[in-house]
Amino acid sequence: MPLDAVKIKDLHFSYPGKTPTYQLTIPEWRVVKGDRIFLKGASGSGKSTLLNLLSGILVATHGVIEILGQDLCMLSARQRDRFRAAHIGIVFQQFNLVPYLSVYDNIRLAAYFGRKKQTGLDLIVKRLFTVLDLDDTLIARQAAGLSVGQQQRVAIARALVNAPEILIVDEPTSALDNDLRDAFMKILLDICSIHQSTLIFVSHDAALTHYFHTIVNLSEISQT
Amino acid sequence: MFFKVVWHSLLSRKYAVLLSLISVTISTFVLLGVEHIRHEAKASFSKTVSGVDLIAGARTGQLNLLLYTVFHMGNATNNIAWASFLDLAADPKVAWAIPISLGDSHRGYRVTGTTQDYFKHFRFGQDAALQFRAGRPFEQLFDVVIGADVAAKLGYRLNDEIILAHGLGQTSFSLHDDNAFRVVGILQPTGTPVDQALYISLQGMEAIHLNWRDGVKLPGRRMTAQMLEELDLTPKSITALMVGLKSKVTIFAVQRQINNYSGEPLTAILPGIALAELWQMMGVMENTLRLISVLVLFSSLLGLSTMLLSSLRERRREIAVMRAIGAHPFFVFWIIQAEALLITVTGIMAAVVALVVSILFAQKYLTENYGVFIDSFVLSSEMVHVLGIILAGALMLGLIPALSAYRMSLHHSLAAGS
Repeated sequence: MPLDAVKIKDLHFSYPGKTPTYQLTIPEWRVVKGDRIFLKGASGSGKSTLLNLLSGILVATHGVIEILGQDLCMLSARQRDRFRAAHIGIVFQQFNLVPYLSVYDNIRLAAYFGRKKQTGLDLIVKRLFTVLDLDDTLIARQAAGLSVGQQQRVAIARALVNAPEILIVDEPTSALDNDLRDAFMKILLDICSIHQSTLIFVSHDAALTHYFHTIVNLSEISQT
Repeated sequence: MFFKVVWHSLLSRKYAVLLSLISVTISTFVLLGVEHIRHEAKASFSKTVSGVDLIAGARTGQLNLLLYTVFHMGNATNNIAWASFLDLAADPKVAWAIPISLGDSHRGYRVTGTTQDYFKHFRFGQDAALQFRAGRPFEQLFDVVIGADVAAKLGYRLNDEIILAHGLGQTSFSLHDDNAFRVVGILQPTGTPVDQALYISLQGMEAIHLNWRDGVKLPGRRMTAQMLEELDLTPKSITALMVGLKSKVTIFAVQRQINNYSGEPLTAILPGIALAELWQMMGVMENTLRLISVLVLFSSLLGLSTMLLSSLRERRREIAVMRAIGAHPFFVFWIIQAEALLITVTGIMAAVVALVVSILFAQKYLTENYGVFIDSFVLSSEMVHVLGIILAGALMLGLIPALSAYRMSLHHSLAAGS
């Protein structure tokens, strides 16, 4: 088993088109399994591009990007989607849920894409809800009816339902106030330890750095 | 799971979806309705005359002969001598021949002089014979049988007395007012020009013209009923004749025989062929209706496509979410297509149900008042074909929003979440 959750070598990406508006080059970057990374970067520094590359939504122009020992460039688009569903959990800044589906169906949709057996799903969801301090009665509610804080926690449950090795979280706290933010961070880190997930946390909020082992500045690992 | 997403997605936009659904339903209803009625009208039209093998008259065009004998439109160019009629009727290949004498009218409705054979042999629709709603065929000299429309529009009942007019005008100044006719029979509605005609005997027709010369009444010569009975009222000439043959095989032989008749120049036509030719002349009208309904449907499907396209703006986030949890762009593509298809299929079903229900409701009214029978069975193979084309059209126009969603899911990836 490879020890690296993420291994990047000579990665280069530019958006297709005649006049490339944006380019990202990362000569080398590794994330050890189980690590908790705080990824800093000013807006426009290429954080989103990197996350899209890590999750296999965008493909590198050239170079190697290995996730859990799997070179993403070797996979077809469909395989990359399947790989992402099974191995990578993603939580956005906000709007993490399909608004018209119930909380349960949102989670079930993720399990569906992750090819996860639907049996036992209830139990997993229940356990996640307990850890995330979410009320069981929310499960049947429409996602749009939840508060932002609740939505963010449901998003974590959704991201973890397939027991992914890697959790990518993109500015998850920017829509939360300070109290909620600290509670959220505690729950997020707890649940990562329980699942032994590798956490890549993207934010520009320096106040959160004390939660993390490793702090990476995107401008340090990349060349522009 | 896929259908659950589609279903809840539609529910979350229920007002826009409902409006699109109504629009698709109405336009499909219009298209199916026009197609169905066109089909039924054509079937009904081509059965205006059935069971009559040939119609013969003085030499003229096929359509003209058909128009004045069957549709009571236009005028005969010439008459046929009674001797010619007898000659033709005596042919061994001929089973029966009905003389028809035209030229008079009653308040705009044309009068046909004929024999009782008319009621016996004339057929319309699916070989339906003329039926009497009340009364019986004419027997006496001044008996008249009237069509259903004539009875309804003019409010005539049995035993009413009516005066016929010379010529075909709506208001004629030269009336055959010496002798009134008595209504002895009223026909059931047929949905054919029979409804708008009056039928009298050839002798009656002859009798009212006895004191006329060249379309003008001769003054001072009044015929009493008694005088008439003593006279020979055999007509000198008639306008046309309908012929039934013993064997259909001889139709063309007899037609040629009539066309080459040595006594006088005659024309014989096959009513079915002449009717088809007449219907073709109305083809422009038919195609116009069809074109309009197709355009209505097209615009409604375009509206559906526009509705889905504009929904994409609010869907950017959910598309990003779906992509993040591992949905392939095709999943997103098919969600949009499935929504377009589901709305269209529901609209089509609603339209078919609405059409069948409205035909069922209108059927009785149409049959009773116009004699037109519209079948409530709308799903003929032709219709299923049309429905298939509608669905294909929905899929084609659904491509516009679905491909946009596909491209959106490729390019606006995770970043769209923030």
